[in-house]
Amino acid sequence: MALLELEGVDAFYGRIQALRGVTIKVERGEVVALIGSNGAGKTTTLRTISGLMHPNSGTVTFDGQDITRTRPSRIVELGISQSPEGRRLFPRMSVLDNLFMGAYSRNDKPGITSDMARVFQLFPRLQERRTQIAGTLSGGEQQMLAMGRALMAKPKVLMLDEPSLGLAPILQETIFSIVREINAQGTTVMLVEQNANKALEVANRGYVLESGVIVQTGSGRELLASEEVQKAYLGM
Amino acid sequence: MSLPDYGFYILCGTAVILLAAQAVTHPTQFFQVFIFGLTQGAIYALVALGYTMVYGIIELINFAHGDVFTLGAYIGTTLLGFFAITEGTFTAINLIALIIVFPVVMLIMGGINITIERVAYRPLRNAPRLAPLITAIGMSFFLEGVMFLWRGPATVHFPDILPTQSWYVAGVFFGVRDIFVVVVGAVLVSLLAVFINQTKLGKAMRATAQDRDAAQLMGIDINRTIAATFFIGALLAGAGGIIWGLYYNTIYYQLGFRSGLIAFTAAVFGGIGNIPGAAIGGLVIGLTAAFSDSYIGSKWTQVVIFGILIGVLVFRPTGLLGMRVPEK
Ligand SMILES: Nc1ncnc2c1ncn2[C@@H]1O[C@H](COP(=O)(O)OP(=O)(O)OP(=O)(O)O)[C@@H](O)[C@H]1O
Ligand SMILES: [Mg+2]
Repeated sequence: MALLELEGVDAFYGRIQALRGVTIKVERGEVVALIGSNGAGKTTTLRTISGLMHPNSGTVTFDGQDITRTRPSRIVELGISQSPEGRRLFPRMSVLDNLFMGAYSRNDKPGITSDMARVFQLFPRLQERRTQIAGTLSGGEQQMLAMGRALMAKPKVLMLDEPSLGLAPILQETIFSIVREINAQGTTVMLVEQNANKALEVANRGYVLESGVIVQTGSGRELLASEEVQKAYLGM
Repeated sequence: MSLPDYGFYILCGTAVILLAAQAVTHPTQFFQVFIFGLTQGAIYALVALGYTMVYGIIELINFAHGDVFTLGAYIGTTLLGFFAITEGTFTAINLIALIIVFPVVMLIMGGINITIERVAYRPLRNAPRLAPLITAIGMSFFLEGVMFLWRGPATVHFPDILPTQSWYVAGVFFGVRDIFVVVVGAVLVSLLAVFINQTKLGKAMRATAQDRDAAQLMGIDINRTIAATFFIGALLAGAGGIIWGLYYNTIYYQLGFRSGLIAFTAAVFGGIGNIPGAAIGGLVIGLTAAFSDSYIGSKWTQVVIFGILIGVLVFRPTGLLGMRVPEK
């Protein structure tokens, strides 16, 4: 059974339907990319998984457990965390306090300390800036902090919503190589991107979302080679 | 800096210079008023913190907060009535009564405020902002109504059980009760600062105030942090109510209306949502009220205070300290 599974999920904002029968499977250890243009419903999918909103129909299953109506704090405890769209740091808290908030659901002090060390190893920049107020970090540093903060929950599935958005190409490279590294260390990753090219290179598998509907799925390589994807998202 | 900013600094600067001139020419009177202002300020600070914390976390101006303060005083005087206290002097029983009544009233008020949040504000959390605001005004009338029915429209006596010693130092008169008010205020504000900045729940409360969705994504139960905010705001307001009673020995059911508005002004002055700002704002407004009472005339004090409220809202809505870091 897949680690994370969405089955026929419909989600609404008021009367506007944002997701229509979305079915996604994420296997343990994978990097799964979710690509699609503006307003396709990628962020909505992640918000639904995290329990910030609940589907009107369909189910979300995690590790064999139905989490369709589970509250967000419990979902983090179970092992899903995310670095949300727009980073959403706590702007008036220090880098360290932001990281501690990431570990809010945990009580294992030694584990938290060692994960903090791991985050600083992935993002040495954060260690240099650890006492700085998050709102004053540069865009790239903020993205690193958002990812580090999500990692502090020690998730089984890490969800990243457009981690490369607005970053210089060289920083995008860094972010994607860190995604690989995080995955290699054993964390399953769900990667939402408009930068389809990069995302599909990193991903084992991908899903293409269009106006709330999954229109295509396949391995990263298949999708990269697919004509529709090339036309729509890779500008070829 | 914009023009209104200059205006703000020029006004504050002028006030400070005028006061400094008074301090030099009539030091005795100045320090006498200063001490009174400080005691007022300590009480307003305790109440202002509740306004600012609640606004910070759910963007609600909790109009009922001033009445929570008053209700604290009412419950305080009632509980003190169960002890064999002696008024006008200080006995061991007075001390014991104080030591017991303070925390008990604070906890009761905390419980009441959590209940208020649960029944009156939480169901409206995703409603348009005006809805909880109107409910808060309703809750204010409700609490005043409860006190009215309970103890009537007249003023209620609050026992005078603090030590009565007082001193003249260089012509300035002050008593144990002045020191008591300022010290208790300072201790409570310091405890709050430690709680907010050092503890996990305190940090989670700040995180919820800064970004509610992000806080949920960290696994923070925002119902819990919001309830904690109301609880702590009420602990401070309850303490403020007892302190007020011990200082003036007279309370009445509408006390929270006026002092609540003044404390709210203090919160706005310090930057609504800003915790250190509310503490400083409380002191500034307390001192302003005292100086206005004696240098301008007490009939003008309300005009001065609410003039400040309007001035800050119009020209500097982020308050004295403002928000030094962009919100999002
Ligand atoms: N709070 C909201 N209220 C109403 N409609 C919303 C809200 N948030 C999103 N939507 C709508 O839901 C649809 C999906 O939005 P979503 O944010 O999930 O897209 P996305 O794929 O993440 O887009 P982007 O790449 O621009 O981030 C869009 O049509 C959007 O307009
Ligand atoms: Mg999005």
